[in-house]
Order: sequence, then structure tokens, then C-alpha cells
Amino acid sequence: MKFNKNLRNIFLILFATLALSACSTAKKSQTSGDVYTGSDTVEYLASGVKDRVFFATNKSSLTSASRETLRKQATYLRKNKKLNVTVEGHADERGTREFNLALGERRANAVKDYLMTYGISGKRISVISYGKERPVNSESTPLAWSQNRRSVTVKVK
Amino acid sequence: MKKLIFLLFIYLNSFSLSNALIKVDITRGNLDPLPIAVSPLHVEKSSENLEKLDTKKLGVNISAIIEKNFKSTGLFNPLKKEAFVQKPDIAHLKPRFEDWRLIKAQALVTGKLSVKNNKLKVEFRLWDLTASKEMIALSFTTTPSNWRRVAHIISDKIYERLTGEAGYFDTRIIYVAESGPKNQRVKKLAIMDQDGAKTKYLTLGNELVLTPRFNPSNQMVTYLSYFRNLPRVYLLDIETGKQEVVGNFPGMTFAPRFSPDGKKIIMSFAKDGNSDIFTMDLETRVVERITEHSSIDTSPSYSPDGKYICFNSDRSGLQQIYVMKSDGTNVKRITFGNGIYGTPVWSPRGDLIAFTKVRKGRFYIGVMRSDGSGERLLTENFYQEAPSWSPNGRVLVFYRETKSGAQGKGFSAKLWSIDITGYNERKIKTETDASDPSWSSLLSK
Repeated sequence: MKFNKNLRNIFLILFATLALSACSTAKKSQTSGDVYTGSDTVEYLASGVKDRVFFATNKSSLTSASRETLRKQATYLRKNKKLNVTVEGHADERGTREFNLALGERRANAVKDYLMTYGISGKRISVISYGKERPVNSESTPLAWSQNRRSVTVKVK
Repeated sequence: MKKLIFLLFIYLNSFSLSNALIKVDITRGNLDPLPIAVSPLHVEKSSENLEKLDTKKLGVNISAIIEKNFKSTGLFNPLKKEAFVQKPDIAHLKPRFEDWRLIKAQALVTGKLSVKNNKLKVEFRLWDLTASKEMIALSFTTTPSNWRRVAHIISDKIYERLTGEAGYFDTRIIYVAESGPKNQRVKKLAIMDQDGAKTKYLTLGNELVLTPRFNPSNQMVTYLSYFRNLPRVYLLDIETGKQEVVGNFPGMTFAPRFSPDGKKIIMSFAKDGNSDIFTMDLETRVVERITEHSSIDTSPSYSPDGKYICFNSDRSGLQQIYVMKSDGTNVKRITFGNGIYGTPVWSPRGDLIAFTKVRKGRFYIGVMRSDGSGERLLTENFYQEAPSWSPNGRVLVFYRETKSGAQGKGFSAKLWSIDITGYNERKIKTETDASDPSWSSLLSK
């Protein structure tokens, strides 16, 4: 009886550990903290130049992965001197509409400021905030929300 | 909005409130609504029938609107007409009180109407069946097409007489009508009567529009439009349809509201990623900066006396509600509870601030005193925000969105209302999905 109980506990612990590690690896492949790190929704300005970066909830700070993406965007913009871009700032659906507009604006400007530190003229970059109005993933899940907290660099035609 | 001329005669109102035996207390949740009988209004036989209006049915239709209004308050229980014991014209002269008391009615509304020379004349009486007395009697003359407004005005008069507070039935709600998939929503400005009737669309849906708000006279609306992909605050004249951008700011302006005197618009202006609060005088076009802080300052709303402004800021790190003097001095944080706070709106009575609160992934609509004390959460849901006050400060309208599955399946946005007692939560019927409601003041003051 006692042995059984111990065995059961061991199994439970084993099971829990397995479940936890499965969970964390699944998360790891998609988000870090709550910043999206996957590439499901990402498009490209040119080969190897991602068009967007992602943010943590309520934040507009750039992760090291975001900065790497933006350095590639800056290089691309330096090579294509006639190209102008619009940076769209977006928020997830879990905030009030007006605050999200301000948050999207802040995120778009974080990207603009970073591109400017790499020598891209502010005149070539316009910003627009869409707040929570234009989700890229319409599902109401933490993963979708992480994909929607983004700044997207769009070529101006 | 058409200027309407109502001729109003108060020809019998000799009983003071203290004399009445029936009175409805609206300061608490009412679990025992007042049984009221609304008799169909008697239509005088000499009434002309009109091409666009079946005047014979007007008596029934007006009483139906009054009943619906009463029911929506949760304070009254309109009784079924099958049980009514007297013909409308006879009851209107003088009800047999004891017979009406038998069907458990405590108040009775009677009336009659006539249509002659393209004029609609309506009179009604409210009877206190417990005291066997007339409480109020009024008559109106207007154009027949205004018959719905007559029903709302009668509802307001009765509500006022029985509760001691102004009504909110002769009002409109402006909102954003939504359609299409969640990631490509088409949004139009729409306006309707408070009961959902007479919906009219004010924009075509070519550009994104958000957060419309009435001016104090209900003739102008300020809102955010993405016209030409430049999100700016606009002004719309409802009657003429004329639109103009408010101020030529070098960046996004948003979260607009009128000052209580209607002379200024207060809004956020975002520059270089930082949103601060500004006002613009609509006559002189003078722009004034109200806040200057590296945080997000948005969702400003004036106190009804115009002396203070409540607003939303994340200067403490997370979204909280602040109050300041209208010149921007004396900024004080008023929310300290667990969670984050947004969309503060000052009550037209001045006593309370309504807000949205987010805590542990749930959204609440609540009210608190203007110093932040006495917080009461009225309703909890997956997502809801943007409360707007009824003109008497007793009811809030807001919008609620549902959780959606893959590709936005199951997503909807609807308008809801709730009493500040926390009782009487109701979905407001709209032709399309709806968000960002703003409640007008009383149209006939």
C-alpha cells in the first residue's frame, strides 16, 4: 500500500515534470516573456529583412532580437535611398481603445528612433498608430495577442 | 438636428411630491418594481389619417414606447393590457381607482390624442391609484412625425414625477457601427434614439472612425477619423453633415471630448511617441497645452462645472486615473487599487467618475467618487470599456466584446447599459455590431 502510494507520487512528479517541460518548450518556440519570437505572421521587406518587431504587454522597449531586425532594416534603407517607409504601431485587444492608440504611437516611434540612430533620416519615416484596430491574428489567445503587439515597417509606394 | 417646437401646457399639477403616496427610490437596486398600467392613448375619432402615418394606431404605439421605456429602467413593472378594466377614453376622464387597484396596479397612465391640420395633440395623465389622485397632467402639440419623441417626453415626465429625478428617455446615443471581419473592421458613425429606434448612419465607412462624443447641445459631434490615413480629431455638424478637422497638429490627435460649455475640445496629441493633453478653443482656434509629461496622458474628461479634468496616465508605470485643475495644475492620482484603470468619465451630476478597470485579465466597469474613494465595480466581463453617462447620472452605457476563436470566429461587439446601483444590466439592440457609445443630454430641456 505504502509502496503503491510512493510509486504513484513518483509517477505524478514525473508526469508533472514532463508536462511542464513540454509546456515551456512550446512556449519557448513562440514567446519569450510575453514577446512573440516566432515568425508565423512576419513578412519581409527584402530577403532576410523582417518587416516587424514585437513587444511585451504595455511596453514599447525593443528586445535584442528586435534591435537586430531593425539594424537589418536600417541597412536595407541605407542601400535603397529613395525608399520611404511608414512604421505602423499596434496593440493587442486587452487594453482600452484610447490608451492603445497612444501605446501604438509609442511603439512605432521606438522603431523610428532606433532606425534614426542608424543614420536613417526621420524625414523618410512616418509613423501611424492603429491601436487595437488592425490585429494580424484575430483569435483571443495570449499567442495571438503577442503577435498583435507589434510595429510593422511598410514601404511607401 | 431639427429644432423642434413643443407647446407644453401644465394645466393641472396641484399635488406636491410630498403629498404623493407612491414614490420610486432609484438610489438602490430595485427588486420590487412599481406595478404601473399604461393605458393605450385614446385616438379621437375626428383624427385625420396621414399618408405616412396610421394615426389610428398612434395611441397604442405611443403607450407601447412608454411601457418599453419603463421596463428598461428596472424600476417599473408595466402590467399586461389584457387585464385592463376600463376603456382608454373613460379611464382618462377619471379612473375607477378601486378597479385598477384590483389588478395590483399602483400607478396608471392615461391619455388621448388627435391629429388635425397636420398637428398632433397629445395629452396624458398620471394617476396615483393608492391615493386615488391625479399626479400630473400635461399636453403637447407638435408635428405628427414627432410622435416617438412625444412618447419619450411623456416617459421622462412620469419618471421625473415618480422618482424625483430627471429622466433620460428623450435622448440619443451616438456610436460606432461595426461590420466585417475583425482584422478589417468597417466602422461608421451611427446615431439612434436611446431605445434603439431611428438609426441613422453619418459616415460611409470609407475610413476608420472612433470615439464619437456629443457637444452639450447635441448638435455637434467630435470624433477620431483616419481620413487620408491621418488620424485626427474631427468635428461633425449632425444636421448639415459638414465635417472639419480640428486643428492642424503635426501628428495624431485622439480621445476628444467637449468642455461642458461646448466652447473647447480637449484631446490627446501624440508627438514623437509621447501623448499629452491639449485643448482647442473652437472659436479662436487657440491651442493650450494642459499636461507635459513623458508618459502617456489620454482620455481626458471635464467635471461638469469645468473646473477639473480627470484623465488617464501611465506616469506611475501603469495606467491610473488622475485629477487636475482645468489649467493642468494640482495633478493628483486617485486610483490605488489592484489592477489598472482607464477611460475616466465625470458624471453629469459631478459626484462620481466612471471608469474601466482591468484586473487579472478581466474587465470591469465601475464608479468612484472624484477623490478616488468609494470604488464600486458594477460589472465584470472578458472585455468591456468606454462607459458614458445617462444625462441624469443614473445609468451607464458601454460596449462589450466577446472572446473570439480562430480567424476571429464568434467575435461581436455590442452596447450594454447598467444602473450605477449595479442592477439592471441590459443589452441595447443595434442594427449592426456597435462600440464607443456616447449618450446625449436631454433633447428637450
